[in-house]
Amino acid sequence: MSAPPKKSTNGSPGKKPQRFLRDRSAFRGCFSIIVFLLIWELGTRYGLPILKAIPPPSAVLSAFKESFVDPAYWGDWGSSFIRIGLGFILAQLIGIPMGLLMGTSRFFRELSLPVFEVLRPIPPLAWVPASALFWPTPEMSIVFVTFLGAFFVTILNIVGGARSIDARFIRAAVSLGSSRRDIFWRIVLPATLPSIIVALTVGIGVCWNTVVAAEMLAGHSGLGFLTWRAYVTFTYPLIVVGMISIGIAGYISSAIIRVLGSRMTPWLKTN
Amino acid sequence: MPQPIVNGQNGHYHVLAQAASAEMTVENVRKSYGFHPVVKVLDDCSLVLENRKLTVLIGPSGCGKSTLINILAGYDMPDSGKVTIDGQPVRGPGRDRLVVFQETALFPWMTTFQNVSYGPRVRKEMGKEALQAETMKLLKLVGLEAFADKYPSQLSGGMMRRAELVRALINRPKVMLMDEPFRGLDAMTRELMQEYYVRLFETKPGTNLFVTTEIDEAIFLADRLVIMSNRPASIRKVIDINLPRPRKFQMLTSKEYLGYKRDALEILHVEAMKAFAKGKQDAADFMEAYSKTAGNP
Repeated sequence: MSAPPKKSTNGSPGKKPQRFLRDRSAFRGCFSIIVFLLIWELGTRYGLPILKAIPPPSAVLSAFKESFVDPAYWGDWGSSFIRIGLGFILAQLIGIPMGLLMGTSRFFRELSLPVFEVLRPIPPLAWVPASALFWPTPEMSIVFVTFLGAFFVTILNIVGGARSIDARFIRAAVSLGSSRRDIFWRIVLPATLPSIIVALTVGIGVCWNTVVAAEMLAGHSGLGFLTWRAYVTFTYPLIVVGMISIGIAGYISSAIIRVLGSRMTPWLKTN
Repeated sequence: MPQPIVNGQNGHYHVLAQAASAEMTVENVRKSYGFHPVVKVLDDCSLVLENRKLTVLIGPSGCGKSTLINILAGYDMPDSGKVTIDGQPVRGPGRDRLVVFQETALFPWMTTFQNVSYGPRVRKEMGKEALQAETMKLLKLVGLEAFADKYPSQLSGGMMRRAELVRALINRPKVMLMDEPFRGLDAMTRELMQEYYVRLFETKPGTNLFVTTEIDEAIFLADRLVIMSNRPASIRKVIDINLPRPRKFQMLTSKEYLGYKRDALEILHVEAMKAFAKGKQDAADFMEAYSKTAGNP
């Protein structure tokens, strides 16, 4: 980092201060992570209260190294992602059309929304025992609970989004000669797209919360199960490996959705 | 200055040249909203939008001008009375009567090009290339050809109004309904838009209804000035504005112009006093809107 940038330097004004800011905030970010790791390492080594029960970062690191070459570890990644994938995608495949239908048809909304309003406040995990009764295998009940986590979020967001479409857009489209099909595909759907993307973003987070807990309760594989098993088998560094892995997995999923979302709504880009 | 519209020989006005036109009539239209209390908005409104004339409707804000526009457009039905276009009753929205709204109604998820070409595209009237050419022609007409691929959020207020104007024009409507289209623009842009609009109209006059609360804008644009009363609204007076066309801003200081303005303001002032005497809530707004201009007759 050099001297503070002047307002009108050669070539591209505005670009330099931005990079300068980004460098500085990146530096601060790294700094805080390093300090965090340092406190953690020293705290465990010198037996600070609370921290002394936790494996030090160095132990976690070597556990990570072992996990990296262990196919079972990647198997856990795989099974969590498959559950998320199934539950989340099913929730969208069913939830998006249903939400749009409920958002655009008053008849259908008044008929079905009350049921959703009643079921929505029930946390997905409270469904675990019931879904164990519904479904023949634990695998299915985990996917089902994951599905529920995203399903209600999707429905309610999309209903809200579709209902808040500005009447002027519909009027203008009708005046210009749109058919009902046009209204749906060219007006209602794009107007609801931002809400759909919000639903996806929130939904994927809820899905990870749910799947991890469900795996701890009822699973035989997956990142949540890995973390829980590590606790039960006293391999404490693996607990942290599991936690960090879940964090990374969640981050990757949200990042994918974020990129997809901004690709799908280019008009929302601020410039 | 919006020059391209003034000289009309380079084939830009294909669309305008073919624009059909119609006469609309409103007869004894009444409209109320709500149950308890019932709010009477329009009370026995009768009005003719003459063929190929620019009719300007002026009245205090909240007096029911937008309600009238919605009824003309067919978005809303009158409680009683008749609305016709070329003698045929109006039964619903149609592309023979297009509305340019108060706030922009450009679709935010479409580029300027997609917005402007929307009507012909959904009606599948034109081949892809013809539509492309037509849209670009119109965009050029209002100086937006460089913004064809921008989204509405990337346009300025004045650009959005122009885009919306051509989005309506490309459909060759028989009647254009303009619901305070320049409201909220800054003074400079507004003046520029008035000039764009009046040139567009003068190049090939069609039937236009232009709603406004600005007396100067009203007289500058109008062939016929229709003054509405306070709510429940009816038509107070129709003044024929016989200023020569093309209109120029210099006319705003001419003797005839000031005469029209005085006549209009007198009526508007009487309306304001009536409302005031009734102790109505909106009387204060009304007074405020017209006292400035009514002060120097």
